[in-house]
Amino acid sequence: MNIVVCIKQVPGTTQVKINPETGTLIRDGVEAVVNPFDEYAIEEAIRIREKVGGTVTVVTMGPPQADAALRSAISVGADEGVLVSDRAFAGSDTWATSYTLTGAIRALIKEKGKIDLIICGKQAIDGDTAQVGPGVAEMLDIPFVAWVRKVEEVTDSSIKVERLMEYGYDVVEMPLPGLITVVKEINEPRLASLKGKMKAKSAVIKALNTSNMELDPERIGLKGSPTQVFRSFVPERKSGGEKITGEVAELAQKGFTVIQNLGVVK
Amino acid sequence: MGIKVHSDKCIGCSLCVKSCALGAISMAEKKAVIDMAKCNLCAACVESCKKFQAITITKESSAKINVSDYANVAVFVEQHEGQVAGVSFEMLGEGRKLADQLGEKLVAVLLGSGMDNAATDLVKFGADKVVYFDSPELEKFRDDTYAALVSQFVDEDKPAILLAGASAVGRSFIPKVAARVWGGLTADCTGLEIDTERKLLLGTRPAFGGNLMATIIAPHHRPQIATVRHKVMKAAVRNDSRTGEVVVKKVDASKIIERTKILDFVKEVESTVNITEADIIVSGGRGMGKPENFSLIRDLAEVLGGAVGASRAAVDAGWIPYSHQVGQTGKTVCPKLYIACGISGSVQHMAGMQSSDFIIAINKDPAADIFQIANLGLVGDALQILPELTKAFKER
Repeated sequence: MNIVVCIKQVPGTTQVKINPETGTLIRDGVEAVVNPFDEYAIEEAIRIREKVGGTVTVVTMGPPQADAALRSAISVGADEGVLVSDRAFAGSDTWATSYTLTGAIRALIKEKGKIDLIICGKQAIDGDTAQVGPGVAEMLDIPFVAWVRKVEEVTDSSIKVERLMEYGYDVVEMPLPGLITVVKEINEPRLASLKGKMKAKSAVIKALNTSNMELDPERIGLKGSPTQVFRSFVPERKSGGEKITGEVAELAQKGFTVIQNLGVVK
Repeated sequence: MGIKVHSDKCIGCSLCVKSCALGAISMAEKKAVIDMAKCNLCAACVESCKKFQAITITKESSAKINVSDYANVAVFVEQHEGQVAGVSFEMLGEGRKLADQLGEKLVAVLLGSGMDNAATDLVKFGADKVVYFDSPELEKFRDDTYAALVSQFVDEDKPAILLAGASAVGRSFIPKVAARVWGGLTADCTGLEIDTERKLLLGTRPAFGGNLMATIIAPHHRPQIATVRHKVMKAAVRNDSRTGEVVVKKVDASKIIERTKILDFVKEVESTVNITEADIIVSGGRGMGKPENFSLIRDLAEVLGGAVGASRAAVDAGWIPYSHQVGQTGKTVCPKLYIACGISGSVQHMAGMQSSDFIIAINKDPAADIFQIANLGLVGDALQILPELTKAFKER
């Protein structure tokens, strides 16, 4: 089974904090990491490969330094990495990103004969859009299941998964090739072994760009992106309100009165 | 095309350097220089330089459509087991407002089975026109079918704006619709406005876990599509005197190619209240100590008519299922009241709940970060305060 995992390199957001005085983002020491949701996608792909055999190819679109994200995926067990990078892709929104990744996957299909399963994290933690996974599925015209919390069964021609919904979960069966996006609950990603780290260091990363992909130049980068940022701003932070200490009964009484006065309890 | 620093206008104040979340701007000889390898054209610097207008982003588009062929505000109406979802009433309320500002119509799109009455009711909730796709095949949400029919609606009705709730359903298939029609999609909006002059939808949404807000436009593409977060918009109020048109579309089942098959649905959330739709959430974290103590959270939630939430620590400890997790790797909520008990307030947790209307934090540690965003902070032991609170509401 040939599995592709689409990943994104994002700023490690634990460090993204707001300077309370200037109201600006503090980015000192912000390091680039693999989007946490994508780590679950990589882990699930490796687990499926361990069960049924095959290959796991990680693909990322981004600047040249996104190479590090691919090597990180190889260090935990992915077989190979593909970096989709070109100045012409700058300014891509989720539509143009989906389109470009679709082109990359088509190139991989040409090379390998077929791709059976594509796995993405449910969303990236910087943009939080959750749009690229379904976008790629639609453009490749393959079936799609979002929010997968468990893979129950994989065969050569189908996959059975649990899809997390607001009130519970659906059990969904989908023919392959297909695309799933996964949530955190699906697994616990393994750590890189020393051997894996060595492998990652020496791995040859395949480079895809406008010269070796079939892409409509009208549909990539800024030009192919329907959306654009009109403005961005740092939201006003809630400043802490009243903070009180005292006896339990006193605190409970205060809480009761405040909640009552809000008028939200029916 | 692209981003440009106009060095004649740049005064070297370096405000843009601070505004850049990606660290892409530096100063060289007192002029801003943008590292294009890092820049993602987010426009934060353009905003920071409003006064001098030394940074501009220009763009041409490949879209070949005539935007004036598109008019009206459409709302995708989500249903579960024949009941219209709460968030759809919020979309109708907001959609009505936007349509009035544009002087256009509000169109509701409903996919379901045997829901004629509900379809007619959508008129009472503000729709001028209801397009109702009726088929037993539409009873349950399925990606291929929903994406195909809503795309068909877009092709036939040509709405300028399409809104949907940012629910598990909406955020699953709406991106497929956008991919198909080359529409401009903005996910998980918390604010919508109209630029009446240019007839543009301005969708504002949080990014970087709520640390940065971005307003997105799609000037050359139609429809302008937005999924909108629960509980942010005011729900439409029923008005029986309203009139409108209901168009029932029969669906030819043989034409629906659905590749996914739903074998089962397992209800899982322990209380019946869905945390993303709840007005009140009582949430517990590591400070609750052990799984048995979570019943104190459940008791208060029950007496308040609220839902139960949890921090990642509580979920990872196995005290409560993942579907209750609030935060960056869980759900984003904005209830009217959020009560955080024994939650210290990690950046990730706060990203998921900081837009709540009113936050009460109960924590033993007076230095806990959660107090920085709490409207009311009770410095004390949640294990002792919770039973007292529950008792007070029971006796009320």
